[in-house]
Amino acid sequence: MTPTSTPISTTITSAVSARGVDKTFSTKQGEVVALSGIDLDVAPGEFISLIGPSGCGKSTLLRIIADLDSPTSGTVEVFGTSAHQARLDQRYGIAFQQAGLLPWRTVAGNIALPLELHGVGPAERAARVDELVALVGLGDFAQKFPDQLSGGMQQRVAIARALAEKPALLLMDEPFGALDEMTREYMQTELLRIAAETGAAVVFVTHSIPEAVYLSDRVVVMSPRPGRIADIVPMRLGRAADRADDLREDGAFFEMITAVREALHGTPVSGPRGVETR
Amino acid sequence: MSATATSRARPGRAAPAVERAPSTAERMLAPVILGVVVIALWQLLAGSGLIEAYLLPSPAAIGEEIAAFAPSMASAAGLTGLNALIGLLAGTIVGIVAALLASAARLVDGMLAPIVAALAVVPIVALAPVLNTAFGADAQTGRQLIAALAAFVPVFINTARGLRQTRPVHRDLMRAYAATPWQTMKTITLRTAAPFTFTGIRLASSLAVISALVAEYFGGPRGGLGGLISTSAASSAYARAWAYVVAAIVLGLAFYLVALAIERAVSRRG
Repeated sequence: MTPTSTPISTTITSAVSARGVDKTFSTKQGEVVALSGIDLDVAPGEFISLIGPSGCGKSTLLRIIADLDSPTSGTVEVFGTSAHQARLDQRYGIAFQQAGLLPWRTVAGNIALPLELHGVGPAERAARVDELVALVGLGDFAQKFPDQLSGGMQQRVAIARALAEKPALLLMDEPFGALDEMTREYMQTELLRIAAETGAAVVFVTHSIPEAVYLSDRVVVMSPRPGRIADIVPMRLGRAADRADDLREDGAFFEMITAVREALHGTPVSGPRGVETR
Repeated sequence: MSATATSRARPGRAAPAVERAPSTAERMLAPVILGVVVIALWQLLAGSGLIEAYLLPSPAAIGEEIAAFAPSMASAAGLTGLNALIGLLAGTIVGIVAALLASAARLVDGMLAPIVAALAVVPIVALAPVLNTAFGADAQTGRQLIAALAAFVPVFINTARGLRQTRPVHRDLMRAYAATPWQTMKTITLRTAAPFTFTGIRLASSLAVISALVAEYFGGPRGGLGGLISTSAASSAYARAWAYVVAAIVLGLAFYLVALAIERAVSRRG
């Protein structure tokens, strides 16, 4: 696959298309190059993971796609418009490592927040919230407050909130990073189901190799100082939507884990450096 | 024998005094009992003749004065309370507005910081005679202004702090939603600051009452609790002076408890 060099197709618009993205931060110690020469295309409905050690700029790249940061040079297009316009048009939903729920609002109130901000009427809002709490399996908890929920449940509320406006692109910055391993695996399967049901493309930042392999159609392996794309590894594991927990014990799954590890460290594998291999 | 002895000893050791949280009734009862004991001792002490009545009137004498002057105490508490309330509201409004301006513009923050620091250390006793004279002998304005000044400082400081507590993840979220500045203000910033503001108001509530009362010691119209305490003491009616002191305590407590209840209600989820 050579997605990095193909020009933007005129017939099928990419969900995300980054061209020559550089990002330099000015710090007291001088200039730090966070990203250098990033080219990336994400097809509609595709699940992409960004993986790499701390400091490789994977979160920065996600924030640039979300227009929460702007690139020093280069362009990012989301569904054929600038990242800035895509944000104003609400073309994407976003979830962070912290659920970031408003503690003074109920689960339903939190999920309704984007709808409220964008002027959706109360009746329509209530109907959509009902759908979303059912989608993330929190039907009985709609009137609870965030501090009454476990970390995993809070994160599901955050995902429901990100899906509130039926975005065709979901940006996720280590959303399961703070969860325990069992909750995390459960959430991964849930996310695959939700992504399949909504048909959204997903850009997923993680530092867990098994997580990236399990979830993704393609894994984008990044290397640090300066942050750049080292390799893009296609996952030959069937459609992401059809995957289930038994895949975690499949030989093909381990082959893909090895492939990503080798891409991360360069062959031969010398052991993990700043990357979780769990 | 020894077997029965140990087995008998076991239940005794297995059931130590269980640490149990005291019930609400128990928690309320303890200070009430202490209060009754203290008052009883006080009554004994005052009745024993060891302490002269002008130094420490007996609780019974103070109680009699309270009964006799109840209507006067109520109206005095009403007058001082109204001054305190007007001052508290004015100080709170100005404090919140000033904190909002300070958080909106660094320049305003820089200008206000030294002024607030100066206001925070102004002693009420220094301002009271000046303002009482400035606004005339028959106006309550000076007292209300003093209460407002005292209330302003904690409200401003706490609100300014609260306005800086917005979490980065919430700011990112509002930016991702392309929320307008006003929406962000309303949804995130003000709501995050609210518990801090109400803590400031709770602190300000006591200060407003104390300031309104103390300001009455320095001239101006009579009729408030502070004025009556000083008049009673000046005419050697010590038990009556203490009765008014009790009324002042009740007034201060009422302000504090109402402010505390509001603060609790607002901060429950924060």
